[in-house]
Amino acid sequence: MEYLKAFLVGGILCAVGQIFIDRTKLTPARILVGFVVGGVILSALGIYEPLADFAGAGATVPLSGFGHLLAKGVRAAVNEKGLLGIFTGGITAASGGITAAIVFAFIAALFFKPKDK
Amino acid sequence: MSVSPKEYKKMEEKAAPKTKSLRNLSGAFFIGGAFCLLGQALLELYKNLGMGSPSASLLTSVSLIALSAVLTGIGVYDKIAKFGGGGTLVPITGFANAVVSPAMEYKSEGFVLGLGVKIFTVAGPVIVYGTLASVVYGAIYYIMNKI
Repeated sequence: MEYLKAFLVGGILCAVGQIFIDRTKLTPARILVGFVVGGVILSALGIYEPLADFAGAGATVPLSGFGHLLAKGVRAAVNEKGLLGIFTGGITAASGGITAAIVFAFIAALFFKPKDK
Repeated sequence: MSVSPKEYKKMEEKAAPKTKSLRNLSGAFFIGGAFCLLGQALLELYKNLGMGSPSASLLTSVSLIALSAVLTGIGVYDKIAKFGGGGTLVPITGFANAVVSPAMEYKSEGFVLGLGVKIFTVAGPVIVYGTLASVVYGAIYYIMNKI
């Protein structure tokens, strides 16, 4: 059941992304920015947490989940450190994902050659 | 009945996008759903190995990013993206792909000014505006707590 929920919710979020690709002239970078900022806003409004509880990876794997992670991080940091938490919370929560992307991208660039398109 | 090229184009536009966008939509749904399904499987695997929820969630993201880097490296991710569309863009694997691709592409222009600069071509804006949004939210949250 958890798997079905993850599949359905994740699939729907990606279908939303596809609608933006097909119906608007937004570039992939803008769509990804939209998903992250949208995730922050939905998390701030208290909508994303219940969705993540319901769908698990279906809500956290799409990039809106990255926004949710940023919002959750800043919330926890403000609770813990007050004003300074505003500056540390977001990036701290996202640091694992960002660092992983940098490390694996660097390794991939060392070992693989770009394919002809 | 004769149809001018212009009219024909209009008719074509009317007829074609529906089936095409439906195919795109289902492609995005199934591929995106599959990545999330894989994410869920990894999440539960790591939890069963005794990890707490935040650690299991982070390791799931790291695993998917690593997988995406390999698939991008061997040229498979771009092939999946041809019919996956939004399903390969929206998941964290798409974010990773957007970091790995320019890193590979621009390595030839040097490690600092090529790879180092271009690696964040797409991820940069995502991190910039994600961080700004989190700061705005953090400030509002801080003020609301004070009132």
